[in-house]
Amino acid sequence: MLGVALRLALREMRRNIMRSVLTMLGIIIGVAAVIVLVTLGSGATRQVTQQIANLGSNLLMVSVGKRMGPGQSSTAPAFKLADAEALAREVPALAAVAPQASFASTAIFANENWGTTVTGSTEQYFTVNNRQLAEGRIFTGSEARSGAAVCVIGETVRVKLFAGQSPLGAKMRLRKLSCEIVGLLKPKGQSTMGSDQDDIVIVPLRTFQRRIAGNDDVSLIQVSAKDDISTDAVKQELQRLLRIRRHSSADEDDNFNVMDMKEIAAMLSGTTQMMTGLLGAVAAVSLLVGGIGIMNIMLVSVTERTREIGIRLAIGALENEILLQFLVEAVVLSSSGGLIGIVLALVSSSILAAVLQVPLVFNLPVIAIAFMFSATVGIVFGYVPARKAARMDPIEALRHE
Amino acid sequence: MIATSANENPQPLLELQQVTKVYGTGEAAMPALRGVSFRIEPGEFVAVMGPSGSGKSTCMNILGCMDQPTAGRYCFQNVDVGLLSRNQRTLLRRHYLGFIFQGFNLLNRTSALENVELPLIYRGIDSDVRRAAAYQALDTVGLKGWEHHTPGELSGGQQQRVAIARAIVTQPLLLLADEPTGNLDSKRSEEIMELLTTFNRDRGITIVMVTHEADMAAYAKRTVHFRDGLIESDQNQPGDSLC
Ligand SMILES: Nc1ncnc2c1ncn2[C@@H]1O[C@H](COP(=O)(O)OP(=O)(O)O)[C@@H](O)[C@H]1O
Ligand SMILES: [Mg+2]
Repeated sequence: MLGVALRLALREMRRNIMRSVLTMLGIIIGVAAVIVLVTLGSGATRQVTQQIANLGSNLLMVSVGKRMGPGQSSTAPAFKLADAEALAREVPALAAVAPQASFASTAIFANENWGTTVTGSTEQYFTVNNRQLAEGRIFTGSEARSGAAVCVIGETVRVKLFAGQSPLGAKMRLRKLSCEIVGLLKPKGQSTMGSDQDDIVIVPLRTFQRRIAGNDDVSLIQVSAKDDISTDAVKQELQRLLRIRRHSSADEDDNFNVMDMKEIAAMLSGTTQMMTGLLGAVAAVSLLVGGIGIMNIMLVSVTERTREIGIRLAIGALENEILLQFLVEAVVLSSSGGLIGIVLALVSSSILAAVLQVPLVFNLPVIAIAFMFSATVGIVFGYVPARKAARMDPIEALRHE
Repeated sequence: MIATSANENPQPLLELQQVTKVYGTGEAAMPALRGVSFRIEPGEFVAVMGPSGSGKSTCMNILGCMDQPTAGRYCFQNVDVGLLSRNQRTLLRRHYLGFIFQGFNLLNRTSALENVELPLIYRGIDSDVRRAAAYQALDTVGLKGWEHHTPGELSGGQQQRVAIARAIVTQPLLLLADEPTGNLDSKRSEEIMELLTTFNRDRGITIVMVTHEADMAAYAKRTVHFRDGLIESDQNQPGDSLC
């Protein structure tokens, strides 16, 4: 009986290709849209969380002036190396302290030149920022203290200046400084803010101050708290200490800013999660529209199908045989439409994820829900009208207009 | 002359006893049959005539187990159809009845062959046998070479012949035809009537046929006249013009 139903159902589907294709199309589009949007949204969220994890959520940034960003006041005095050293010495909860100063500068090698950012810092820079080396080494403590002319470069700088070659040992010019490249950083890609984290050159802080900046200013101190220490406590301790060192009186505001990465992290991932939710809502609407499309096609074909059912009943088909045929038809159409939708979604979200450079995060429950929803709509709206018709007297079904 | 008087044969093929059919209820109640009784013996060829609206189709639908009487009894092979379940009536149609509709009622976009195969599919006949029988039936009605055309590609007469092939492919005991020539010109009508006569004579298929035209009724051996939901007259044909 199932064999007969299957054969009849397949025959009917082939015969009414247009109806079959339109039904499947509704399901395909609905399923694919939901999966693609949610997959990309989850990918973006994952990317942000990953970047924050890479950044280290126990990271704190101490900068000069009241606030980061465009409103930053430059009247506040810069930090000195001594400030960083004092923090390292007097706050036991800190795992690493990396004082930094940066300039935009052109890096020159042979005939190639490339505008990049040169940062002076200590060897702890690499710890705090969680940067690994692809090749070579970082500068040693003694090189840092003596202000040796050595540097570590990022992948973008290597590509621009050295094309396919290894840059190790080469001498590169930064303003008046000619420095030897001792290390190459592993690529890290774009930051959450969209800047290229591989377009950098790191030199020892002392070298930077003496030979590039010509002063002993430190504009930023990155510190990381030890793992089991609350960053809030560390933040307060840093504020207390810096106020003393900068001779701030009790009624004065801080003329520096301590930023907790967790705050940034929460803000950014909150934003992308909201985006995912929004995309999900859009996708749900398209699923619904697809569902309505399926309903439409199914209902429009009811008249014709009622007549068909009348003919089958008159010829001697049992109600159950007819229902089985329609059920098989609806299940085959809906589930193959759903499967095609899933495949289409997987392929297109893989491509889109590659193009948009977000990780591919498949959300299995969403895939399952999208599939189940469309399949249910297809089956219910394929089956229910058929059930109504199959219960009529044949003569009544035949008369149906 | 074949005896068709009610009392002589203990085993009629079918019998209607005081059958009434009322469409609608209350104010809108519309009696289509108002107490119809007759019996038909195996092997008969009966023409049903009467003005339109006199209840012929209603009666045919009841005979075809596609509709049920409001009151009265319909026995098919001594089985009271009124006592059968819906599925049992369907099985009765499947195994014993063939129905030719005035409006053909073929499946659209479906080849003549597949239309004719359909009743055999529900009988669970193997595909080889089924296919051969369908080709054979189409050949019988003169549609050799048209097997793979869909109703849309066939003329009215050809469609009616497909419908006839579908009705006789199962070798039914009883063939019911509701105005089978209603849509056809007289030449095509005669061809159809020749076919039905052959089935009746050579295969012993009992035929009940509704027609408006006396010419067509002349092919039958017995004519029942309906008027206003009642049988007006029921006569055997005096002379059989074909034999
Ligand atoms: N489904 C129906 N609902 C209501 N009235 C009907 C229906 N079918 C037939 N009738 C009425 O019953 C009467 C008999 O109809 P029918 O059997 O089709 O007549 P005939 O076939 O002799 O022309 C007609 O008056 C017709 O209008
Ligand atoms: Mg009629």
